[in-house]
Amino acid sequence: MTDTKIKPITMNFGPQHPAAHGVLRLVMEMDGEIIKRADPHIGLLHRGTEKLIENKTYVQALPYFDRLDYVSPMNQEHAYALAIEKLLNVNVPLRGQYIRVLFCEIGRILNHILNITTFAIDVGAMTPLLWGFEEREKLMEFYERVSGARLHASYIRPGGVHQDLPDGLLEDIGLWADQFHVFIDDVETLLTENRIFKQRTVGIGKVSRDEALSLGFSGPCLRASGVKWDLRKSQPYEVYDKLDFDIPVGKTGDCYARYLVRMEEMRQSLKLIKQVISEIPNGDYITEDKKIAPPKRSEMKGSMEALIHHFKLYTEGFRPPKGRTYTCVEAPKGEFGIILESDGSNKPYRCKIRAPGFYFLSSLDYMSKGHMLADSVAIIGSLDIVFGEIDR
Amino acid sequence: MSLSSQIKEYCNVKYRSIKVALNQVEISVEKDNLLKLIQFLKDDPSCLFDQLSDITAVDYPNKKDRFLIIYQFLSVSNNQRVRVLCSIKANDVIPSISKLYFSALWAERELWDMFGIYVEGHPDLRRILTDYGFQGHPLRKDFPLTGFDEVSYETESRRVVYNKVKLTQDYRDFDFNSPWGAEDTIKDKKNND
Repeated sequence: MTDTKIKPITMNFGPQHPAAHGVLRLVMEMDGEIIKRADPHIGLLHRGTEKLIENKTYVQALPYFDRLDYVSPMNQEHAYALAIEKLLNVNVPLRGQYIRVLFCEIGRILNHILNITTFAIDVGAMTPLLWGFEEREKLMEFYERVSGARLHASYIRPGGVHQDLPDGLLEDIGLWADQFHVFIDDVETLLTENRIFKQRTVGIGKVSRDEALSLGFSGPCLRASGVKWDLRKSQPYEVYDKLDFDIPVGKTGDCYARYLVRMEEMRQSLKLIKQVISEIPNGDYITEDKKIAPPKRSEMKGSMEALIHHFKLYTEGFRPPKGRTYTCVEAPKGEFGIILESDGSNKPYRCKIRAPGFYFLSSLDYMSKGHMLADSVAIIGSLDIVFGEIDR
Repeated sequence: MSLSSQIKEYCNVKYRSIKVALNQVEISVEKDNLLKLIQFLKDDPSCLFDQLSDITAVDYPNKKDRFLIIYQFLSVSNNQRVRVLCSIKANDVIPSISKLYFSALWAERELWDMFGIYVEGHPDLRRILTDYGFQGHPLRKDFPLTGFDEVSYETESRRVVYNKVKLTQDYRDFDFNSPWGAEDTIKDKKNND
């Protein structure tokens, strides 16, 4: 019998596929069940955020950041607020910094719950998703109580945060934090030693240390490959250097390690939240500088000057001095950075958003080559991909 | 020893200038020496920039060198960051650094898509974020915010159609600049050109 050469089959995966985590169109060349080449087509959710930002004042552009990674909105706002503060050279009062850390860690847990549970459903476990969304709803309630919106908060503003915490919120977050470890334990009993889950994830999508760096990995994906690197520790911002937490580091760099790192990160975030609640000082939550932060409502009723400041801030806005900065934060997915350039006017001249997911997805071809079709689903799930930030 | 002085001492590649602004190191370099400089930054033990964070460009339509390409690097080993700047003319071509950093592959595709800057030596320079068959480069300053085409679903023919953008009202561009500060901005502009 002679060998017959079979032409590789080209297959479309998505854009409407539940395991594609959004609008990912993946064109795959298959040799039977083996992936020869995976070519992600992205941009189906492209909204031109960077172009829009160039046409808005600095504060008007802030809500766009909620809409990038809509799973953990405040972490993005945080990066943008930090970038503006760097250009303006303003300091955030201590209470404001604690509030920011509190909500960034809540955002991290929000993100990791969604990622771990949807990852689990991708490889066949349904229950964590149902439990996880209940917990997410509780967290989004905290978002709502502080900003009025469950998702698109626009709460972190240049100079601090928009409003002080309402009465009783800290106690409620404390109550929630005391019982949340039960959820993590429950998910762990379902997944960590689960035979099916391990068969689907151990040894799949392995990335070594050097590869991870060259591929542009950051955050949990980089740490899963054995790099001890967390911007909260290595280049601390806000009050992270005063708080006590550990960085989980994986050993194997496969999908399972990425899952384990995220699980442990949730516990560390919980630890941070508890510390913030016990240590948060009283005082201002936003800078006093009235050329940057708006006056209080109550002042505006009586003071002409406050009214003028408010009007000028929300029409003309402020003008940072000429300059260029790269500011980044450890967002739940990885290093979320912003290159912000000011030409001295009231609008950003250029605002480039460095989304961690963009580089994760660019390495999909490299990671899934030679794996089975079903493994690509596990790899996408473990990379934590959200199209809001990839397509911008 | 600070990063900028280390680079000044050890770097044998010719660069235009090095400065520290807002605690961040910026190196300007000519297009021809770009690859050599990045190779140096990657390999030299005093730098070891093992990760490329981002590539982007800034468009200055009125300048002689229209585009400023920005490369942002991170060294995980030394916990440092550096930015490499390279000014090019509107039709200039830049070399690809995807052989040095894998993450440059998509970043350079985005650069081509958004600014129309051709990257030489890139293995697969296709558009990335815009639609299939898209015309123009959206992040250039002369590209209108509204774009040229709009997409809608036509119920009669039951398909998605492309039409030219028709606005019922012109896009409103507010001039927020207060008349009192106008002089400064004019002066700044003159200095820029």
